[in-house]
Amino acid sequence: MAAIYSLYIISKSGGLIYYNQLSPVSGCFGIELLQADTFDLNCFQSLTGTKFFVVSEPGTQHMEGLLKHIYELYTDYVLKNPFYEMEMPIRCELCDINLTQAVQKDRVALLAR
Amino acid sequence: MIGVGKIKQYSNVLDKPLSKGKQEVSLSAFAFLFSELVQYNQTQVDNIAELERRLEDAGYAVGARVLELLCHRDKGNRRETRLLGILSFVHSTVWKVLFGKVADSLEKGTEHEDEYMISEKELLVNRFISIPKDMGTFNCGAFVAGIVRGVLDGAGFPAVVTAHFVPVEGQHRPRTTILIKFAEEVLRREARLG
Repeated sequence: MAAIYSLYIISKSGGLIYYNQLSPVSGCFGIELLQADTFDLNCFQSLTGTKFFVVSEPGTQHMEGLLKHIYELYTDYVLKNPFYEMEMPIRCELCDINLTQAVQKDRVALLAR
Repeated sequence: MIGVGKIKQYSNVLDKPLSKGKQEVSLSAFAFLFSELVQYNQTQVDNIAELERRLEDAGYAVGARVLELLCHRDKGNRRETRLLGILSFVHSTVWKVLFGKVADSLEKGTEHEDEYMISEKELLVNRFISIPKDMGTFNCGAFVAGIVRGVLDGAGFPAVVTAHFVPVEGQHRPRTTILIKFAEEVLRREARLG
């Protein structure tokens, strides 16, 4: 019998409405990496439960570093913005600019290898 | 996220030395506090002009106190009497103490005699703030404009100070300009002094 690790139910607007962790593996924090033939799904969970997902080319290295960097950008440009309401969609210009920059830098670094 | 604050605990705040040590505060701590200041004021007002005025008033209180502190600490209790003197004091000393660097530029307005501008590529207070589109030209730099107004008023140079976004070509983010418009009496006095 296959072990179920966790169950997520997401509404059509993208909000998580149900989450249950049923993992028999002890010390399990949650999904970290999902590898498929045509893509990799990396996940970073913050201590507050906010999850960051990145879909990338299979076998991409250093996604963990990128995810941590993205988390830092989130805390800087979203959480310190007085006009951002918690749990609402993010519409912060600075956040967009810096996220694009972070991803471009990563892409350049990857191509250079 | 920048800066580490090293605070020596004094039992009585009056015992703290005024002149020793420029202490740095964590940028993140300030950013959160300022963000809360803006949010709190947003709940108290009905329109954007009111919000700007409130931020300016908050800054005015800071400016008045900063002037007193810096005159004692950095300038040996010497008082500025000339226009250029007080402007360069604001542009260099006040900026250095508050934001850790001197302001980017100080210019005299070309259209009017009584206008001067202090420009900054990006104000420290605006570093993490993205203004939503529906707020138009609102600038949280009104807080800094208030600080400048407080300093100038306390030094005897009454002025109207406002903060504006100035779009720069080739750059996505606009520059911020603090526009200082001095009162009539200041210019008359300046002309008399020669």
